[in-house]
Amino acid sequence: MAKRYTPKKQSGIGQFIDSIFILILVYVSLYIPLLLKSEGTEEAAAGEAAKPTWASLDVTPVVQQQWEKLGYDAEKAAGLIGSKFDYTIDPMMLLITIAVIVGYFVFMVKISDRQYREVIAEKFGEK
Amino acid sequence: MSSSAASAAGEQRISMLKVLNPFHVWALGVGIVLVGEFMGWNFSVAKGGAYGALIACWVIGLLYTCVAMIDSEVTSTVAAAGGQYTQAKHIIGPLMAFNVGLYLVMAYTMLEAADALIVGDLMKSGAEALGYAGLNTQPFVVLTIAFLAWLNYRGVFMTLTLNFVITLVAFAAILVLFIGVDPLNPGTVLKHKELLTDLPYGWIGVVASLQFGMWYYLGIEGTCQAAEETRSAARSIPLGTMGGMMTLLVAATLTWYICTGLMPWQYLGQAYTPLYDAASLLGNPVLQVLLFVGTLFAAVASANGCINDASRAWFSLGRDRFMPGWFGAIHPRYRTPYRAIIFLIPIAVSFAFTGLLDQVITFSILSGLLGYTFMSINMVKFRKKWPLDSIKRGYVHPFHPIPAIVLFVLCSAVYFATFLGYGASLLAIMAFYIAASVWFTFRRYQFVKRADQFTMPWPRPKGY
Repeated sequence: MAKRYTPKKQSGIGQFIDSIFILILVYVSLYIPLLLKSEGTEEAAAGEAAKPTWASLDVTPVVQQQWEKLGYDAEKAAGLIGSKFDYTIDPMMLLITIAVIVGYFVFMVKISDRQYREVIAEKFGEK
Repeated sequence: MSSSAASAAGEQRISMLKVLNPFHVWALGVGIVLVGEFMGWNFSVAKGGAYGALIACWVIGLLYTCVAMIDSEVTSTVAAAGGQYTQAKHIIGPLMAFNVGLYLVMAYTMLEAADALIVGDLMKSGAEALGYAGLNTQPFVVLTIAFLAWLNYRGVFMTLTLNFVITLVAFAAILVLFIGVDPLNPGTVLKHKELLTDLPYGWIGVVASLQFGMWYYLGIEGTCQAAEETRSAARSIPLGTMGGMMTLLVAATLTWYICTGLMPWQYLGQAYTPLYDAASLLGNPVLQVLLFVGTLFAAVASANGCINDASRAWFSLGRDRFMPGWFGAIHPRYRTPYRAIIFLIPIAVSFAFTGLLDQVITFSILSGLLGYTFMSINMVKFRKKWPLDSIKRGYVHPFHPIPAIVLFVLCSAVYFATFLGYGASLLAIMAFYIAASVWFTFRRYQFVKRADQFTMPWPRPKGY
């Protein structure tokens, strides 16, 4: 049988500090994207100077009717119709992201396996 | 698996009550998710157009079918609070289990915060409709979380019975709306022919829409958290989970069909309450009230289920000392993880008031996605360490390893979709989990009893 590991006993203050630490980590990661850049926003297409009309927006009468039922006139609808997402891919950022995700899982599975062998050795004895 | 925990006194060993049936499991899973049909799914329309959202609905439906199949086998065999966390502990190891526990707590607590915000905004809209403009939403957000936490504190049976009733009402609201749009006569009320367009961004938009396609089903895997409190986990979990998936597939398809036949995709892609807007377009006050109530009930049911699941996961982390052991206590009278429930109240409220709803929702979705990636690895290891004839399983899912491989591939596609829309958030969230993993390895693991992490009555895993 493997030598049984006796864990340290944690004080109340230690428990409190550990709980707070993980919370601080969460808040920091929530605010990081704000510091880096704002994202998830749509870009409005370069608008025409002229006031938009349903004809200039190229919508059919039925579609126009549904916009109007929703309380939108041509000018208000133009803002939504003209908004576009930008799906340009930055290859370097993509590679970094892939490396981070793959690295995270590889690290986690490897360390977990090492810890798991300790657990199994204590539970079932050395092989 | 021992289902007991130290009481507040630290001496007496007590366990959670086994009182739930498959209907409660269904109510837990569908209750958490159904709000996604009332709002959220439609952001996938903005990302890839109406057809893009439909493809996302089906592709992500396949992802979650794999999740449900895998979950049904593993949970019916590892029936304990903590769900996937406990599975990770027995199958992969402590660090993975710690991460999975965190995924669950973060995904559900942040979803709960978003649900509470929805309740607040609905109260404001309702007040405006009645002539009281400018209602402050914050007290409603706090009250929603506090009331539901109190319900969870008092007992799981009442909590999930309430969830069953309000989820059923919300689901019925979608069915009634579907009947209301006269589906047998296309073109009369629904204008699909005129409103549906080609893919506005091509196939890259379809891939991008996968991220918000998760809203159709996000949280159904939460059924596993009830494993320790069901009368028969081997029967209730697969039945409740697969039944829930079928309900959600029906609800998602009906929702897409109704909304895309009534609203231009550019409006639908940014609508806050698309199903309620659909009812408003029909000009029927009864339907409007029904969909208002349906949306409200769906948000409340979701927050309620999230409190249930997040607290079980946090409790399990505490019970095993992966997080401070103080949280691993069960109420001596109500048999609920009361300290975990109370601790998470202010955290959910603070998430709601950060003003970072986008980041909070992305954190929730990504935590769920990391959990699904874990499941594909977990399933392969589970069958490898304990082949089919070596231990008794409550349920054996067919076609292994195809569901695990499909799940892994689809998860990779959703990571890419998240990168397209929220690349910085993706990296920030990964940084959080990496930092937490390092912290666990070098700080918390010293407090963990090694052999206590394996409690199933199984033989030694193959290869160890």
